[in-house]
This record gives sequence, C-alpha cells and structure tokens, in this order.
Amino acid sequence: MSWFTAHSLTIVTFLPLLGAVVIAFLGRERTSSIRWVALLFTLLTFLLTVRLYFRFDSHRGGMQFPEVSTWMVIPPVSYHLGVDGLSLLMILLTGFLTPLSVLVSWKSITYRTKEFFLFLLALETGMIGVFAALDLLLFFVFWEVMLIPMYFLIGIWGHEHRVYAAMKFVLFTMVGSALMLTGIIYLYNVTGTFDFQGVLNHLVTFSGLSPNAERWLFLAFFIAFAIKVPLFPFHTWLPDAHVEAPTAGSVLLAGVLLKMGTYGMLRFCLPLFPDASREFAPVICVLAIVGIIYGALVAMVQPDLKKLVAYSSVAHMGFCVLGIFVFRQEAMEGAIYQMFSHGVSTGALFMLVGMLYERRHTRLISEFGGLATSLPVYSTFFLIVALSSLGLPLLNGFVGEFLIILGSYYSHAAYAAFAAAGVVLAAVYLLWMYQRVFYGEITNEKNRILPDCDFREKLIFTAMVVVIMAMGVYPQPFLRRMDRSVNSIMFRLDRHSMLLTNRAPNPLLPSAYRLLPTASVGGGR
Amino acid sequence: MITLQPVDMMRILPEIILSVFALLVMVLEPFVGAANKKLLGWMALLGVLAAGAGTARLSLYPWPGMGPAFGGAVAADEFGFYFIYLFLVVAALVIMGSMDYLERDHSQHGEFYALVLMGTVGMCFMAASTDLIMIFLGLEISSIATYILAGYRRGDRLCNEASLKYFLLGSFATAFLLYGIAFVYGLTGTTNLLEASARLGKPSQWTTFAEIALLLLFVGLAFKVSAAPFQIWAPDVYQGAPAPVTAFLSVGPKAAAFAVLLRVFLGSFYSASAISFWILWISAVLTMCVGNLGALWQNNVKRLLAYSSIAHAGYVLVGVTAGGSRGISGVMYYLVAYALMNVGAFLLIAYLAGGGERLVQIDDYKGLAYQRPGVAACLTVFFLSLAGFPTTAGFLGKFYLFRAAIHSHLIGLTILALLNSVVSVYYYFKIIVAMYMREGEMETAAVVLPWPVRAALAVSILGIFYLGLAPNGFMGLSTLATMPLLK
Repeated sequence: MSWFTAHSLTIVTFLPLLGAVVIAFLGRERTSSIRWVALLFTLLTFLLTVRLYFRFDSHRGGMQFPEVSTWMVIPPVSYHLGVDGLSLLMILLTGFLTPLSVLVSWKSITYRTKEFFLFLLALETGMIGVFAALDLLLFFVFWEVMLIPMYFLIGIWGHEHRVYAAMKFVLFTMVGSALMLTGIIYLYNVTGTFDFQGVLNHLVTFSGLSPNAERWLFLAFFIAFAIKVPLFPFHTWLPDAHVEAPTAGSVLLAGVLLKMGTYGMLRFCLPLFPDASREFAPVICVLAIVGIIYGALVAMVQPDLKKLVAYSSVAHMGFCVLGIFVFRQEAMEGAIYQMFSHGVSTGALFMLVGMLYERRHTRLISEFGGLATSLPVYSTFFLIVALSSLGLPLLNGFVGEFLIILGSYYSHAAYAAFAAAGVVLAAVYLLWMYQRVFYGEITNEKNRILPDCDFREKLIFTAMVVVIMAMGVYPQPFLRRMDRSVNSIMFRLDRHSMLLTNRAPNPLLPSAYRLLPTASVGGGR
Repeated sequence: MITLQPVDMMRILPEIILSVFALLVMVLEPFVGAANKKLLGWMALLGVLAAGAGTARLSLYPWPGMGPAFGGAVAADEFGFYFIYLFLVVAALVIMGSMDYLERDHSQHGEFYALVLMGTVGMCFMAASTDLIMIFLGLEISSIATYILAGYRRGDRLCNEASLKYFLLGSFATAFLLYGIAFVYGLTGTTNLLEASARLGKPSQWTTFAEIALLLLFVGLAFKVSAAPFQIWAPDVYQGAPAPVTAFLSVGPKAAAFAVLLRVFLGSFYSASAISFWILWISAVLTMCVGNLGALWQNNVKRLLAYSSIAHAGYVLVGVTAGGSRGISGVMYYLVAYALMNVGAFLLIAYLAGGGERLVQIDDYKGLAYQRPGVAACLTVFFLSLAGFPTTAGFLGKFYLFRAAIHSHLIGLTILALLNSVVSVYYYFKIIVAMYMREGEMETAAVVLPWPVRAALAVSILGIFYLGLAPNGFMGLSTLATMPLLK
C-alpha cells in the first residue's frame, strides 16, 4: 500500500497508457472487449483521481503527492510530479471526462475501433501528465506528446475537412511550443535547473532576470498558452478542430486541452514572471474581453450547432483569462472554477450535439425544430446543460462567472461591465438556439421518429447533470482546495506591493463573496 | 623518418579489419555461385562485427591505448572511436537491409558489400585523422566508394544521373578542400592540425589568407554535409540512388564530414573569429530553410527525405555554431539519433517501394496503416522522431543542440531552428496522413520483410526510444568523446 501511495501520481498518469498497451494486444475484431477495456481503465483512473481529490489536504500549501527521481543527468532533468489545488482539479476533470468520452464513442465509433480507443487512452496519459509534471522539460514532453493522439483522433475519425483541421491544430500548437522551449532552455541557462520549484526559488531569491529578459520570456510562454486557450486573436484553429473532431475529440479538446493554456498561465507565467505579467495584464484583459464579446457574437450567428458551441468556448475561455489577469484572489479562484465547469458543461454540450448528429447526420440548426416533442428526455438534458453554460445561478457556470466578474469589478469596473455583457450574450445565443431547435412545431418529418436517449446516454448525462448541480449548489469543497495555490500565486505577484488583502489567511474577504449560494466561502479557512 | 611500430598498426585496427574483409569479399566474389552471393553480404557483416570487436579492443584495453599513430597522421582517441562505432552500426544496418533488396532487384553482387566496407573505411579515417592530408585521403576513399554505390543500378537513368552528379560535384568539392589544405600548408608549413593551428596563433593575429583557408576548407566540407548553398546535388542523388544506398549516403559521409568539421573548426582552428562564426551561422540558417521549404513541395518520399536530410544538416550546424563541449556533444548525440531514424526510414521505404522502386510517391502509401499496422507504426515512429517529437531520439537530439545554442547566446538562431522544425512537421505528417487518413491500398503492402531487415528496423526503433527516454548513457559517452577536442 505504501508503494501505491508513494507513486499515486505516476499510477494515475500511466494507468491509461497501460490500458492502451493492453488494447494494442487485443485482436482488431474484438471491438466489444476493446471498448470494455478502455472503459475499465478510464474508470479506474477516474476512481484514482477521486481518491487523490479526497486525500488532498486543502490546509497545506505547496505540492502534494510529490515524486522526484532523476531522469537526465546532463543537463539535470528530473521526473518530478506533484499536484496543488489547481492541478488537482484539472486532473479530476480529465479523469471525469475521459470515461464519459469512451461511453459517448461506444456506438458512434464503428470504424477502426481499436486504434480509436488506443489513441484516446494515450491522450489521457498525456493530459494528466501535463497537469502533474513539475519539471519544465517534463511538462514540455507531455505537452508535445499529447498532440499526436489528438492529431490522429481528429484526422482519422473526424468529419469532412478533418485532415486540414488536425494539421492546423498541430501546427498552431507547435509554433507556440517552439517559443516555449526556447524560453524553457533560456530559464535553465539562467537558473541551472529545469525543476519548476528550483527555477522559482532561484528567481525569487536572486531575481536573476533583467526586466527585458523577463518580458521576452513571459511572451514566449504566454503565446504558447494563449494559442492553446485560445485567446483572441489566436483562436482561428479552434472552430476548425472542434467542428471536424469526432465527439470524444471535441469533448476532450474543449474540456481538457483548452484548460492547459490557462493552467500554464497560472502555473508558469504568473509565478515565474510576475513583473512582466503585471505589465502585460491590461492588454491581455482587453484581448480576453474582445474574445468574450467576439466569441459570443460569432456564436450567435452560427448555422451549425457544433460551431456555435465551439465559438462559445472562445467566449468562456476569455472569462478564464480575464479572471486570471485581473490579479484578484476571488477572480482567480473563479477562473479556475470556470475552467472546471466549462470543461463539464461544454463537454456535455458537445456530447449532446454529437448524439443529435448520430441520429440525423446533420448539425444545422435549420434542420431541426420541435425536437422537445419527439425527444423529451434529450431536450431536458440539453436545457439543463445550456442553462449551466449560460451561467444560471445554482448551476456550475454561475459560480465561476460571478467570481470573475466580481473580481474584475474591483480591479477595473469597465472590465466587469463588458464581461457581464458577455454573460447576457451567452444567454442570447444559447436560448435562441434552444428555441429554434427544440420548440415550435416539428418542421422536418425526419425529426418525428428520432429515438430518445437510451440507457447509456442517460447514464452519461445523469453523471454530467449531477456534477453540474453539485458544483452549482455547493462549490465550497472545490474552492477550498484551490485557496492555498491561488494564495501563493497572489503572494508572488504582490511581492512588491504586498497588498494586505492577499496575505494568507485572508481576513478581508470582499463582502459580496458571501452572496454565493453556499454563504461564506472563506469560512473553511 | 617515421619507423613503423606495432602500436601504429594497432591504432588503426578497425580500418585494417574492414579493408581486409572488403578485399576478401572482392576476391571471393568470382568463386561464389550466383545463387549464393548473399553469403558475401554475411561475410561483410562479419567484417563489420570484427571491426567492432577491434574497436572495442582498442577502446577498452590499456595497450596500445589512446594516442597518435603514424607520426600524428591519425589518432586513436575517444572522439574517433565514437564515430567509428557509429559508422559500423550504420554499415551493419545498411548491409542487413541490402541483402534481400539486392536479391529482389536481381543485382546481388559482392562489389556492393565491398564498396560499403571501403566507404566505411574512408569514413573511419576521416573521423580519426588529425592531419589534413589524411583527412583528404579518408574523404577520397569514402567518396569514390559512394560515387559507385550511388550508380549501382546501372540500367536506371535516374541512378546514373545521381552517380554522375555526385561524382562531378563531389570532385569539385574535394578540390576546394584540397585548395584550403594547400593554403594552410603555405601559411604554416605543416598539414598537421594541431601544429598548424598553433602556428597560425590567435585569431587576432590571423591574416586574410588564414581566413580564406578556413573558408575553403568549410566549402569542401559543406558539400559533403549538404549544407546550403552547396546542397544542390543532394535531392537528385538521394532520389536516384537505390534506397539502401541513400540510407548509407545520407548518414555515413555526412556524419564523417561533421566529424571533420568538428575537429577542424572546433578542435583545432577554434576561434571566436567573427568570420568563421558568421560563416557557420549563415550556413546553418540557409541549410535549415532550404531543406525544410524544399521538402514542403515534394511528393516523392525519397526526395522529401533528401530535403529533410538537408534540413537536419542545418540543425547540426546550429550545434557546430554553438561550439564548446555542449555543442560538440550535442552534435555527436544528434548524429547518432539522426543515423538511426534516417536509416530506418530509408530501409522501410526500400522494401515498400517494390521491385525497381516503383512506389515512392506519397500517394502510394494510402491506406497502408490498415493493411500493415506494424509497418505503418514503425514508419510513423521514424517520422515523428525526424520531426522531433518528445520520447524519441529526435527530440532529445534537438534539445541538446538548442541547449548548446542558447548557452552560447544564439537565441535568434534557436528560434529559427525551432520554427523550422515546426515546418518540418507538415511534410512528415503528409506521409502519415496518406498512411492513416486516406482511403486506398498500397500495392506492395503484402511484402514480406526478411528477418535481417526486421532486425535492422528493431535496432533502429529500440535505439530511437532508448536515446529518447534514457539518454544518460549516451550523453555521458558523447561528453567523454568531446575531451580530445577540448584539450
């Protein structure tokens, strides 16, 4: 048991890969066993991430479940894993979404099933590794390796323009990672280590970067992450990749891969380059707001359901970036919360759209209408998910957006005003879409005979809706787990100004914080 | 007057063994019946193994130990051994991959193996020489062998063109090299590298003639590594030559020329001399850009890999430009990684191309992944490694090169190199797209890979992952091998 505990992160990271190896040895025609093996391994991984979640001590700062061993001697690169509140939630999200992606692909993937699940499992290892790695080079390795299974998932099982979309996705990401790798090696040159905490300690102790170097390094990292998020104007790969990907691909792309961008900003950009972060923050906030408004406006006029969801991601991720770069404790927690809840609700939206596509082989809004009559269960699920995505109170989307808007109001009232406008626009495009697809008379006879959700689909969405409601009603356990991590980022950012409000423990919580559905969030500290 | 000592002979033991086996293969060739010519291949392989044993004998035992031989013409040192091992591995892989290829194309002759062995002898001498004349001799021995190999399929028009082009431009290049050697001799009165560089003195004391000498030497070597703007011959030659020969050409002589480049530019005439730095810098950038941009437009897999091998020479030049122990060890690590992935890729292509190498267009690979998942997966690993994805040797190779470059404050050059490797992803993935994402059937998918080829592929694949995941051993070796240059 002790070995198991000591290596819990390694096991969580590489268990899916083990599943992929098992699948590799299964015969091509044994599709049903392949599916079950994939489900088994992803579920097991999910259980282990839940175990991590509960064993995580939210009162302790720093990294938990650490594992360090040497990987390379010259130059010194370590195999260093560990999680804090931020990465814990991301790993939990990954663990939660992957088995659902397996389930959602259960029947829709009939073609080259073996390869599909093999790549899906390999992808999960890459994703968890990105969040667990605490060595800059190890992080980079996972970050790059993960591209390959995603490339194949989009390129083989995607829709019409899949090859183009997959290539675009890979090339965009790699341009960013080229800059980031330069930055990583440069940092190594300055600090003599690739270990994240080593680099951080060195920078804190010796402040070894000239302002100019810090600026360039910040940009090298930030652009890589901004492409992944994607922040306006780096978003052009996203609609292509999301629309062309198979449902499971879209779910993981929107649910997890986009979060790697915001995760990277929180984990690396802010703590390593606090001064440059402050310097660039106004520009980034404006870009984030442009993304919120632009994403919403473009989503509004999409004739294609999947494109609509894709553009809504641009808007929602804009919220996350805004929440990060207004440098307020509540906004940053809101951003992390929004990362998680966007993963759940947008993942669910993509699954819903995918199921509709399986039934009708079209995603055009104009093809539908009156679906609520023929698909009552499906419509109910869709409504709940859409409401959660537009930020209805008591559902998960509200908590994050509220905290972000609140924090940005304290930082700059205009930011809050524009962000709030984005919330309104979200309601417009989602409800308008819902009205056109589900209400009214059935205009197309094909829609009358569609089968409603079967057991498997109900299972998926029950899980989703439970999480959506739980996160909306009782966000405290999630928020408390991220308190210490956010505190330390804020502390690092404010090491010059030393704002009183950001010292831990925090006595001056904004009073509006208590408006949250669960009363005082700070109460647990 | 230099008297011949047993020590001298011992210190060139690998070269002697290889030459003996090359001659033996040639002599035995008429006595072996047409049906049994493959035996000569096995014999050549035995020769390579014996040479490997000889090198091990030299590098592991105290007698005769490291040191110069033949009055400083060649040296038995860690640097040379590292490269000799590399050449032997390449030669072994190529021979293993050629035996059945030649059988298939009805061109099984002993000369092929003898020429591969002679080419390897030349390359070994290039890596081990510490005298400009000896370097020239090594270069000529390997060049002449490879000129003939490039034109090995006599009936093929492209093959003839390749051979002629390689010969004409290659001789031109060696003339430059020889001219540079003459300049060095004229300036210093010696062709011994160490003495010559000592007599030239500090770069600040250099005359224009010294700079010209260096430039001429560089031009000669740049031809051999296919560095821009002297890369024109490479695509035609690599496309025209039989694929196993291309595997040999694109790796062996290139690595040998880089060994010389390291010894001459970093080991002896090393200088912060602005001119030699900028020569390398510009050449590195040009080579990467020409290689990668050229490869983007190719639909012939061999030609595409030819351009890609130009691009890889560019990455290696980044390491040479960086210099220092990091640069040298990075270059040496990269050359091993590059050898494994390039030889592996060309060997597979040779067998998939079918008799007479008919199927070498990217479109021919459509649907291969579902006819032969294993073969497609191997090819994918080679391409991912060439593109520099992590967990493969190609990534760590590039990482070491760029680490050296950033250490030497070549940040602009590093970013250019990294962006170039992003471009390269596009064309490597074109083949992966054809194999996995296009419908179709490859005509030759049913080809049976003979077991020596399988073994060669297994060595390459395992090597790629070994170098990509557990680099410590090799990094230690290549760091050790830089010692003789940094004394």
